[in-house]
Amino acid sequence: MRLRLGLLLLGLLAAAGLSAPLAAGWLGLDPFAPDLFNRFAPASAQNPLGTDDLGRDVLLRLMQGARVSLAVGVATALAATLLGTAIGLLAAWRGGVVDAVLMRLADGLLALPALPVLVVLAAADTGRIGLPRGEPASDIFRIVAILSVFGWVGVARLARAAALSVLARDYVRAARALGAGEARVLARHVLPNIAGPIAIAAALTVAGAILAESTLSFLGLGIAPPAASWGNMLANAQDLVFSAPWVAVWPGLAILMAVAGCTLVADGLRR
Amino acid sequence: MIRLLAGRAVQIAVTLALLSLAMFLLIGLMPGDPIDLALAGDPRLTAEDAARLRALHGLDQPLLTRYLAWAAALLRGEFGYSRLFAQPVAQIIGPALLSTLVLLGAAIAVSAVLGLSLGALAAMRPRLAPLADAIAILGQSAPSFWLGILLIIVFAVTLGWLPAGGSAEAGGWEALRFLLLPVATLAMANLAAYARHSAAELTNVLRAPWITAARARGVGEMRLLLRHAAPNAAVPVLQVAALDAGSLVGGALITETLFARPGMGKLIYDAVMGNDTNLALVALLLVALVTMLATLAADLGQRALDPRLA
Repeated sequence: MRLRLGLLLLGLLAAAGLSAPLAAGWLGLDPFAPDLFNRFAPASAQNPLGTDDLGRDVLLRLMQGARVSLAVGVATALAATLLGTAIGLLAAWRGGVVDAVLMRLADGLLALPALPVLVVLAAADTGRIGLPRGEPASDIFRIVAILSVFGWVGVARLARAAALSVLARDYVRAARALGAGEARVLARHVLPNIAGPIAIAAALTVAGAILAESTLSFLGLGIAPPAASWGNMLANAQDLVFSAPWVAVWPGLAILMAVAGCTLVADGLRR
Repeated sequence: MIRLLAGRAVQIAVTLALLSLAMFLLIGLMPGDPIDLALAGDPRLTAEDAARLRALHGLDQPLLTRYLAWAAALLRGEFGYSRLFAQPVAQIIGPALLSTLVLLGAAIAVSAVLGLSLGALAAMRPRLAPLADAIAILGQSAPSFWLGILLIIVFAVTLGWLPAGGSAEAGGWEALRFLLLPVATLAMANLAAYARHSAAELTNVLRAPWITAARARGVGEMRLLLRHAAPNAAVPVLQVAALDAGSLVGGALITETLFARPGMGKLIYDAVMGNDTNLALVALLLVALVTMLATLAADLGQRALDPRLA
């Protein structure tokens, strides 16, 4: 039930993101081109959710935002899950000093207030390592990179706990006794059996990444305008609370849908 | 107890040292040191002047040497100077920290009272549980800056009851009016987490045999909840509070920026936006320290409540 509802919400958003260029073609509008003669237009057949302060179609910009948010969420979850699973497995398998060092590192990252650290990290000038700022693609890459710095921790802790319990099982001892190498034990016996907890952690990482991306974009440190992101649409909406308060409603609902969708999926997988 | 405290003190010190090193190196790798900013502001400065100024301020030294000197000064209590505010960092941070602690304290109090009540209601009336669950999921998924904007639209723009941002000149009632919307914004997300976990814990505790025994003795439902169930459910809830300290501080940064409230979060944000690296670093370290101390306090609280943990 929860799983289905969550997948439905995420599926809707994914469909909206994927069909964004198509919808722009149908409506004959460009989500990035200002149209100053059509500012703050009410909802109509031409602009289903109206237009913003520069006369751009709100629905099309929301759909563009879905592309950005889902791309950041999925890419961060992928990077964080790969890194976290590798670190968690390594810690559980090697044990001893390696385990202690990796887990203290995880504890340290977990103890920090993530957002203030992310704000300082996000301000780092990536121009120096050859990534121009302000280009949507490099903005997305930068956000994914800094979110992965924190994202792996949750996955690694769950992966380590699950791997520890699997490594103590009799079938692992049996496999070793039959002469299976360590790589085979980890790949064939441990990894498939810890896939469940890792999937839950990955779903929660997507939720956290979408929320963090929208927060950073809202603060002006994430995806820079004119590219559309739900976060920077809300930053724009804050400037318009007196003139066009309704602009604030939709981007927030979209973020709510995406994050609740991921949380529901994680809850559903847990049961 | 002494062992625990010593261990945590070492852990906090190591975390802060690593964090400061990582951030210092990262910011040091960025283009645009303070001398570049001065050059941009004064066209009469020549390349020789720049070199002389760099040597004077030690900016020609290797990054690691600069870090060690900076860290040693911090440990001596010299927090340096803020370029953005043209004041010593120590003077800026005091009032900001106080303002943030007031905001955090009020938000924790509000979210604890409302969240725990909601959780208790869900545990006592199982038919209401899905509703409380839905509220908790929505509350945790809604971005707090969006809730804040909606609150501004309703209470400041439409109704005109409360200010949309800023802070009061005077104390008393006026200050309270400026505090209401930020506290509501910050409490909302936290409230959901408290409600969710206290509902789960209370439901578990209420199934325990001693609760059935107490009920059989004729203990009233209210007394049952407050005297018998709540203290047992408090320990895991405090653990959640400890884990949430970091996200609460992050929420304070959002709330302060959104409502233009002077505080540590807005200070870090302004420092980052204004290229004031020294202020940003010192403020970030202080916020990290406060977060870790809050987590430690919640852990100690758990031990005080549950003798088995001590």
